[in-house]
Amino acid sequence: MTVTEENTANTAAAGEAVVPAVSRGERFSSYDVEAFEVPGGREENWRFTPMKRLRGLHNGSAPATGEIKVDADAAPEVRIETVGRDDERLGAAGTPSDRVAAQAYSSFTSATLVTVPKETKASKPTVVRLSGPGEGETAYGHVQVRAEAFAEAAIVLDHVGSGTYADNVEFVIGDGAQLTVVSVHDWADDAVHVSEQHLRLGRDAKLKHIVVTLGGDLVRVSPTATFAGPGGDVDMLGLYFADAGQHQEHRLFVDHAGPNCKSNVLYKGALQGDGAHGVWIGDVLIRAAAEGTETFELNRNLVLTEGARADSVPNLEIETGEIAGAGHASATGRFDDEQLFYLQSRGIEEEQARRLVVRGFFHEILMKIDIPEVRERLEAAIEAELQAIGV
Amino acid sequence: MATLEIKDLHAAVTTDEGSKEILKGVDLTVRSGEIHAIMGPNGSGKSTLSYAIAGHPKYEVTSGEVLLDGENVLDMSVDERARAGLFLAMQYPVEVPGVSMSNFLRSAATSVRGEAPKLRHWVKEVKDEMAKLDISSEFAERSVNEGFSGGEKKRHEILQLALLRPKFAILDETDSGLDVDALRVVSDGVNEYTANNDVGVMLITHYTRILKHIHPDFVHVFAGGRIVESGGKELADELEESGYVKYIEKAGTTAAV
Ligand SMILES: Nc1ncnc2c1ncn2[C@@H]1O[C@H](COP(=O)(O)OP(=O)(O)O)[C@@H](O)[C@H]1O
Ligand SMILES: [Mg+2]
Repeated sequence: MTVTEENTANTAAAGEAVVPAVSRGERFSSYDVEAFEVPGGREENWRFTPMKRLRGLHNGSAPATGEIKVDADAAPEVRIETVGRDDERLGAAGTPSDRVAAQAYSSFTSATLVTVPKETKASKPTVVRLSGPGEGETAYGHVQVRAEAFAEAAIVLDHVGSGTYADNVEFVIGDGAQLTVVSVHDWADDAVHVSEQHLRLGRDAKLKHIVVTLGGDLVRVSPTATFAGPGGDVDMLGLYFADAGQHQEHRLFVDHAGPNCKSNVLYKGALQGDGAHGVWIGDVLIRAAAEGTETFELNRNLVLTEGARADSVPNLEIETGEIAGAGHASATGRFDDEQLFYLQSRGIEEEQARRLVVRGFFHEILMKIDIPEVRERLEAAIEAELQAIGV
Repeated sequence: MATLEIKDLHAAVTTDEGSKEILKGVDLTVRSGEIHAIMGPNGSGKSTLSYAIAGHPKYEVTSGEVLLDGENVLDMSVDERARAGLFLAMQYPVEVPGVSMSNFLRSAATSVRGEAPKLRHWVKEVKDEMAKLDISSEFAERSVNEGFSGGEKKRHEILQLALLRPKFAILDETDSGLDVDALRVVSDGVNEYTANNDVGVMLITHYTRILKHIHPDFVHVFAGGRIVESGGKELADELEESGYVKYIEKAGTTAAV
């Protein structure tokens, strides 16, 4: 067994890897909102979230007043359905683990189901555009992406528009299936989005789950990966760019309950402007039965200006010695003076040098997004972010 | 014909413990066409001198002047200095993850030349220069200096020298960490550049072996934060024989400011 660890903190707050008093594996989950107490904000799960800005999603005071609009541009092989609450396929990937997710589960009226049929390779990426209910309105939703056995596809969930929105997103990955998903959160400035994403991998399934968070007032995405059989392999990648006043929170949980699965987590964020706040929590649990597990998680934050803040808390719990490898790293820093000096000493102006460094910082993740349309759009979005503050 | 004048330069390094004076009055004039070897023991302040001239933010010039054709370099930002014609080949080139060498070189050349080089010419130019320095073409797509060996980094510094065509080049221990073959390749690169351009060079080194490949017009001994002796090639021969000991003592007695 090898456990590697790296923790460097230059500025802001970078977390020590901690094993919490209560194991992450003990976290309560339920489909019923009333089974959860109303969180006050001090709970481990909520301590970084500005509760007031949740607009009542967490305490039952936010009834649905609108709906999420769903438009799909699907590959011809991929089936898109709108189904009712009673569809028995729903809930297969996981159970809500916090009150907002349970509220969403208790409140949605119809769900979007995206199915990649078994042994089918989709000929192009499927884009599902989810538009917010509008400023001042609240909506709850549910999306399930099903890749049946040995299916192969790329799915983009593109979140845009205004309003307050909570949902559960399920990824049910059949045996031997290979799926790439990109969940883009490119909301308007007013939007609040709380999303629990349930990733359930079948035997020998491969999932690349990419979260991109750019817009919104408050975005909180909680992806949880579980394995239904051995040989599962999940890549969880994230890229976020928070501007002044934005709260972007990503809470990951990888639950290795069975043997011989792999997980690799890589999240990178840039933060700029007063009150920009990035939170990254990476919980990885390797249970006693999870022999042969291989896992690594990494979070890096680049704090571009004064007044921006990043919290980063990796957390690795290991209950068996028989693993292939486990490690984590977390670092938060400002611009590296040496890098800027080197570039400038070659005549490159400071502003351009900064842009090169930020682009370079995200390059590692962008290169892993193998959907050219999405990658190009993200590159453009990063350029726009850089333009906005003139770094 | 250009002139770089360093006049009574004092500089301090900012550390966590505060500020510490390293340069204690450096005087040196370099003209185009001249190669000045600056030789000194470890810790004498050679890199500090080159960083102070290039404008590294950690090094604060406390007094003195650096003039490029009469213009005060110290008033310029780091990138302005480079565009004015100064180049520093660093002792420890910096890694810039995610920025490809080709993107970096083109950005730098565009800045220094004032316009983007025509793509077709540029590709050929880079290819030719890389070939001369025995740099494999795959390096173009690698991140700047990331994972390069010491020798690979030094070759890339000289590649930048060739592409950015400065008026004055400071080569800070470009020879250290090079094996015999790499030392020859790198020296050839420097010699080719000086032969074909009107350039002044400050060749900073700890050892005399690079002077067998690159022939200096002047040799200066640097100790205790300043130049303590200047001469011709014969001074290097003397250093080869007897080392720096007597100069360290000399600096020690006179440098108590
Ligand atoms: N960034 C720095 N932080 C702390 N001390 C430094 C720094 N740079 C240089 N020094 C100190 O300044 C002195 C001269 O260093 P340097 O200029 O690197 O010498 P040389 O290049 O001749 O070996 C040394 O005592 C070194 O420890
Ligand atoms: Mg040095």
